[in-house]
Amino acid sequence: MANVFIYPATSLILSDLVARFGHKPLGSALSVREHIQTAGFDSPPLQITPEDAKKGLKYAAVEVPSGVRGRMSLYGPLIEAAEGAIIVNDADYAFGCMGCARTNELIMFLVRQRGIPVLDLNYPANEKEGEEFVAAIKSFLDTLGETA
Amino acid sequence: MKEYQPKYVGTVTKYVFIESPEMTPTDFAIKAYEVSDGVMIKETCFGLQITGMPDEVDRVLERIRSFDPEHVFVKDRGFPPGDERRCRANLGGARPGYFGHEYEVNYVIRSISHGLSALKAREPGTEADPPSPVKKTYLDTTSLKKIIERMEP
Repeated sequence: MANVFIYPATSLILSDLVARFGHKPLGSALSVREHIQTAGFDSPPLQITPEDAKKGLKYAAVEVPSGVRGRMSLYGPLIEAAEGAIIVNDADYAFGCMGCARTNELIMFLVRQRGIPVLDLNYPANEKEGEEFVAAIKSFLDTLGETA
Repeated sequence: MKEYQPKYVGTVTKYVFIESPEMTPTDFAIKAYEVSDGVMIKETCFGLQITGMPDEVDRVLERIRSFDPEHVFVKDRGFPPGDERRCRANLGGARPGYFGHEYEVNYVIRSISHGLSALKAREPGTEADPPSPVKKTYLDTTSLKKIIERMEP
C-alpha cells in the first residue's frame, strides 16, 4: 500500500479511487483531523494557529505571507510522506484567495521537486473519458504498488 | 488562551456520497446501522457520515459498498459530525464549503461510475488514454490566419 498525494487535496473522486484500489489517499482531511485531535492551548481552537505559520517555514520563506505558510503546514507533511501523486489540473473549484492560489502553485512545485511518480489528468467530460480516467488511475496505482 | 480538549480522539470520520439510482441514503443508513456496533452514523441529504475507530468504520464501509460499489463514494473528513466549529447549527446558517463536492457530484461522478463499471470488461493490458492537460492543443497562429483568410470576402 503506497501513500498517494491527491490534488485537489479535498477531491472526493480522487480520494475514493485511491482508497478503492488499495492505497492510502493523502488529502487535507488527514491533516485537519490531526490538528483538531491534538490537545493544546488555543482560543478559539481552529485549524490554523500562529504555531502553524512557523511550521510552514520549512516549505516557504519567511517573506511569504503567513496564509501560505499556514496552509503549507497542512500540506507539506503530506507531500513529504507521499510515494506518488495524482494531480487533476483543471479543478476550477480549487480557486480561492491569493493564499490558496499561491499555496496551490507551491504544492505543485514541491510535488514535482520530490521526484515521485506523478499522474497528470483533467476531469473527464463524458462517459468515454470517465472510462479512461478510471483506467489510468488504476494502472498508475498498480505500478505504484509494485514499486512500493 | 484556553485549554483545548479534543473530542473523539483516535477516531476517523468518513463521508459517504451516494449516487445510486436504486437506493437512497436512508436505505444505506439502515444497512449501516445493522452492522454499526458502536459506530456513529449520521444520515445526510447526500449520504452518510460515519465516525468511529478506523477498523470499525472500514467494516461498515465495506458493507455499504457491497450493495452498489460503483455508486458509493467515500472520503475522509477532518471534523467529526456536529463539531461546533463547523456545524451549521452553531454557525447560524448554511456552512461554507462543499464546493468541490458539489462540482464533482454534479458534473463528474456519473462518468466515474460508468468508468468503474466498464473497468471490469476492459481488456487487461489496454493502455489508458485519459483526458490529459499535456495533450491539450491550442489554436496555432497559422490555423488562425487561415480561418481569418477564409472568412474575408
